Amino acid sequence: MTAPNRGPLARFLRKPLGLGALIVLLAVLLLAVFAPLLSPYDPGFVDYTITHAPPSAAHPLGGDSAGRDILSRLLYGAGSTLYGAVAACLTGVLLGVPSGVAAGYLGGRTDRICSWISDGLQSVPGMVVLLIVAAGTGVNFTVIMVTVGVFTAPGYYRIARARAQAVRGEPYIDAAIVAGIGTPRILGTHLLRAVRAPVIIQSALAAGLSMAMQAGLQFIGIGTTEPSWGEMMNDGFRTMLSYPLILLWPSLALGITIAAVAFLGSTLADVVNAYTREGEPRSGTVTVPREPSGTLRHAEQDCALRVRNLRVGYPDGWVVDGVTLDAARGEVLGIVGESGSGKSQTVFSVLDLLPTAARTSADSIRIGGREVLGLASGARQALLGTEIGYVPQEPMTNLDPCYTIGYQLTEPLRAVHGLPKAEARQRARAMLGRVGIPDPDRVLAAYPHQISGGMAQRVLIAGAVAATPGLLIADEPTTALDVTVQAEVLELLRELRAEYGMTLVIVTHDFGVVADICDRVVVMKDGAIVECGDVRDTFRSPADPYTARLIAASLDDTPGRAELDAAVRS
Amino acid sequence: MLTFIVRRLVSGIVLLLVVTCGSFFLAHLAIGDPTPGLLGNSAKPAQRQALREKLGLDRPLLVQFWDWFSHAVRGDFGTSWRNFQPISEQIGLRVPVTLSVVLTATLLAALLGLVIGVASGRRPGGILDRCLKFASVVLFALPGFWVSLVLIMWFAIQLRWFPAVGYVSPDESVLGWLRSITLPSIALALSAIVMVAEQLRNGFFEVANQDFVRTLRARGLSTRRITVHVLRNASPAALTVLALTFVGLLGGAIVVELVFNLPGIGTLTQSASQIGDIPILLGLTVVTIVFVVIVNFLLDLVLGWVNPKVRDQ
Repeated sequence: MTAPNRGPLARFLRKPLGLGALIVLLAVLLLAVFAPLLSPYDPGFVDYTITHAPPSAAHPLGGDSAGRDILSRLLYGAGSTLYGAVAACLTGVLLGVPSGVAAGYLGGRTDRICSWISDGLQSVPGMVVLLIVAAGTGVNFTVIMVTVGVFTAPGYYRIARARAQAVRGEPYIDAAIVAGIGTPRILGTHLLRAVRAPVIIQSALAAGLSMAMQAGLQFIGIGTTEPSWGEMMNDGFRTMLSYPLILLWPSLALGITIAAVAFLGSTLADVVNAYTREGEPRSGTVTVPREPSGTLRHAEQDCALRVRNLRVGYPDGWVVDGVTLDAARGEVLGIVGESGSGKSQTVFSVLDLLPTAARTSADSIRIGGREVLGLASGARQALLGTEIGYVPQEPMTNLDPCYTIGYQLTEPLRAVHGLPKAEARQRARAMLGRVGIPDPDRVLAAYPHQISGGMAQRVLIAGAVAATPGLLIADEPTTALDVTVQAEVLELLRELRAEYGMTLVIVTHDFGVVADICDRVVVMKDGAIVECGDVRDTFRSPADPYTARLIAASLDDTPGRAELDAAVRS
Repeated sequence: MLTFIVRRLVSGIVLLLVVTCGSFFLAHLAIGDPTPGLLGNSAKPAQRQALREKLGLDRPLLVQFWDWFSHAVRGDFGTSWRNFQPISEQIGLRVPVTLSVVLTATLLAALLGLVIGVASGRRPGGILDRCLKFASVVLFALPGFWVSLVLIMWFAIQLRWFPAVGYVSPDESVLGWLRSITLPSIALALSAIVMVAEQLRNGFFEVANQDFVRTLRARGLSTRRITVHVLRNASPAALTVLALTFVGLLGGAIVVELVFNLPGIGTLTQSASQIGDIPILLGLTVVTIVFVVIVNFLLDLVLGWVNPKVRDQ
């Protein structure tokens, strides 16, 4: 881990590839600036005796097919390469960034018009337009590179637009609006600052592309009043078979310069991305290992789930630190805690669905009475969708947007449970009816974006329960729903549990939910269990002050508030 | 879906009209008087005046535009200002050459980009992934003609596997045709392959970390089935890049055709540009944009099929 206070520049300089690229570019820049001093000859001076000459002391790189000194022309060519790239990038920035910021911030019609123009520009092969602009003879180099710049503008536009859209929702922009700062000033100060870093990175890409475009144009004989690498490559190309060296020098110069620009850009992007990623706060990480917490309540043969001394770690610390818990068959267990307490990580490690960076260890994890800890990942996977069902938190992001609800419900039934197509569909339809969806046929044919959040959560519950698992794990199943829908979904879960005899493990931050549906509760804080017990006992006399605070913090309009009050009073 | 198709079609036609009309005025503005380019600098004013009258350049620009436009919509782009050959015929002869190369390159980019992109997206940070990143940085910016030169030096001159220059029509010999378009297609495709691969890799990685993938895994689906879900979700971004790539390849083909001396529309564009033969340039612009509109439209259809949300917008 690098120290958090190191700036992006310092970090950039520590990357060998980026530093190398920067040095190469600076060298090219210096050579270009001092070309008149460094060049041994005038780049246009013709000496017929050195036509196609090999390298010599007087002409270190030899002479070209017109009898001119190659080194001198190479040095002067660096100038036009850099100048062209700067002209193109400036044009791109001036056109793309203000329009992108305006489109992203203002939205609506401005956005539609600007985006249409940008898309249109991207559909036109720039080379064709350049050839039209360059048609005839009298067009100068700057005009051509500005035209190249016009075609780099959409790249800037998209980046600026995306950043402006993202920043628009930030609180400090709202604060600026409330403070009475006018739109032009917000656009000019706050938003331009926000797009600075990505625009610099994009400029590296655009510079590389415009150098390539410029050399290509010069190669085919356009914009070649000054000595240039593209034109030198054309000269070398025509005598490639007899004098390959003439082609080699400008090709090397162009290749190295463009590669340097490209690596500069990609290193900058890496550094900036790492910088923003490390800036995010990480909650709930602890580094010091602690004593196992929690207790086992039931006998081993009665348990649907039994976890002993579970630990989940990421490269920078433990997020679950020695957790022990169990749930009897048919029991409803609540795991409660605020975000970052490790409650979701606990159930995901039971499901074996943690991100790849996570490492887990435990003394034992038993599911349905069977030890799963030493199982191969394939055997562990086979438990999912058969023994264990999972109901996620956010209904809208947990359905695949590209497939119909019907396909998503029937696919596991067919692929995992081997049901024939018609039967799977029948079962999916019946399940949708069971979870309270009034018109199952319409929902089966619908795509996720065509149904409401509450309905999507019912679909997800139907999908989990359709496999008749012994253990159903629900991760904050009501958090993303409207208050009225929350109570209905909890009621549905309660009914399904009774009907199918499932064990239900509900992860929540809300004691209202616990009071409404759970038999027992486990309270987690900073990766450890602070308290566990029967729901009524816990409400009546919370053993840990943290539990008491959580109960007090449960909102009045949550569905379980009435039960909660009743429990506290009794 | 029908509204979606009609809307995309109308949008394509509008683009075609805007670009064509824009090109007409841009060309006339940029070139001004084309007669020195056509006759050479030594031509006498009287000769130039005669040519201008013959080409109808003495008429007001708007009259010239309408004359050109009303013929162009019927597929008649007039005759070349230099040799007075019908342009539609010349372009028709050259289109197969360019399409051979550009479509082969696009196909290569799509297939290899898919394979490489998915393979490196499944193991982020792996060897293949790091190679792809390096290659994408290098190949992204290196000009196609630069790559062409390297390929010619190596495969045509050193190893003599392929002809260095020239085009063989498939009517003459299918094998000869394949051999003649291999190097140009590869030269064109290289940067496109890594662009598509990079896009798919990022898309694959992004989608693979989304909530619904975890839920699919929790339903017990196999890795292979989940990959299908992820790919379908990651494909819109890759298709968009493919559309942009096709546009880029059409432009890049101009230079690559010159290097490999292929008689395609690229070499025609270049020679027309050098002498200021506006009717040919305009005809080529129209044909190029028609290709772009067709490819974009086809990709839009695929996009609409892959992503139901697009259809409903």
